[in-house]
Amino acid sequence: MNKSPVQRTAFFCVAAVILLLTRQAQAHILPGEGGGFLSGLEHPWSGWDHICAMVAVGLWGAQLGKPAIWVLPVTFPLIMAFGGFLGLIGVPLPGDEIGIAASAILLGLMVLLAARPPLAVAMILVGIFGLFHGYAHGHELPPGDNGLLYSIGFVVATGTLHALGITIGIIHLWKPGRILLRAAGAAITLAGIVFMVQAFHQEPEVPTTSPAAGMILPAGTRTLQRSMDAS
Amino acid sequence: MRRSWFILAIAALLLMQASARAHLVTTGLGPVYDGVGHFCLSPDDSIPVAALGLLAGLRGKRAARAVIFQLPLAWFGGGTLALLAHVGASPPLQCASFLAAGVLIAAAPPLPGQVVAAVAVAIGLLHGFLNGAAMRGASAGSGALALTGMAVTIFVLVTGAAALVVSIRVSWGRIVVRVAGSWIAAIGLLMLGWALRPGH
Repeated sequence: MNKSPVQRTAFFCVAAVILLLTRQAQAHILPGEGGGFLSGLEHPWSGWDHICAMVAVGLWGAQLGKPAIWVLPVTFPLIMAFGGFLGLIGVPLPGDEIGIAASAILLGLMVLLAARPPLAVAMILVGIFGLFHGYAHGHELPPGDNGLLYSIGFVVATGTLHALGITIGIIHLWKPGRILLRAAGAAITLAGIVFMVQAFHQEPEVPTTSPAAGMILPAGTRTLQRSMDAS
Repeated sequence: MRRSWFILAIAALLLMQASARAHLVTTGLGPVYDGVGHFCLSPDDSIPVAALGLLAGLRGKRAARAVIFQLPLAWFGGGTLALLAHVGASPPLQCASFLAAGVLIAAAPPLPGQVVAAVAVAIGLLHGFLNGAAMRGASAGSGALALTGMAVTIFVLVTGAAALVVSIRVSWGRIVVRVAGSWIAAIGLLMLGWALRPGH
């Protein structure tokens, strides 16, 4: 492909013109619309507390090996969906933010210590934490009209986070990787302590949807939202 | 350079499209393809069918061979029943099939072929009935044709999904299928919560 400078310039000019002629892409999710696939896909990624815990499940599963490597990521979404179900139908579950922070601390500790409890114990631990995470997601969900697409996006995002954790966790097959993995566990534990402090500074009932725009707020912006509401 | 201009021309064609009015109000394709299109664009129908394919595949060739015929027939039967009975609005029960199929795939119990067949027939009847009820405005002839289109698509999808699982030889392949089952069950549980949500 020997192009002369004139040909190349003409090519890029035409390409630029075509790009400039394109129509406006009205692809944004409407404010308050909790019903889309993308909105569900976004929700588990919207707070570091959720991300840390879900990645930690994958890391721990990879550390434990078979069958935990797949039993834990199967248990978590199922119990999390049950928590989401409870949140959606309005069953009260106090202290969900504390539960989420505790999940990051304990799951991080499990990775840090490379703990090897019996599989049933690991499943129960992961299940309890999944309940809190799911409840928070279900409880915070804004109004919308397509529960199916939202649910698909939500579950796919959660599974992707676990898969990310498992993929990272594969480094434990190498000796330096084991140290790195434990260091990651320590980082998650520290992050969990920060989340715990934040959770204790939060009021019990926190509005998580903006009354003005009805948008989903990332976990980190809840405090800001509260101060805005107060003012 | 020719290839670059070719890519540019394709890009131009793709980017300069007018808005896509893709709703099946007047597709002009006829009821059979409307049925095919509706099924393909409805994840609340296509996911349980794919899930049944996975479940049947997990239970082996014998179970899969039965399900690939039983499911489309049950779907068609359920839809015809709703069309003939002129049933109107029906409750959102799809979450039940997500839950049932998803839990069975994730748990992978050693089910006999008859149980898998019963699950497939029940889900086929339920979804077919819901689809038939949604077509209450259509004439019996076009409704039956749309159901035929759906049944053929279901046959193709369930056969493909079951064959995929039956052909898996690596151990982690079946684990991936079971993880997919847990995802489907989780989706069903969330849909149930959504349906029972106060004020919904």
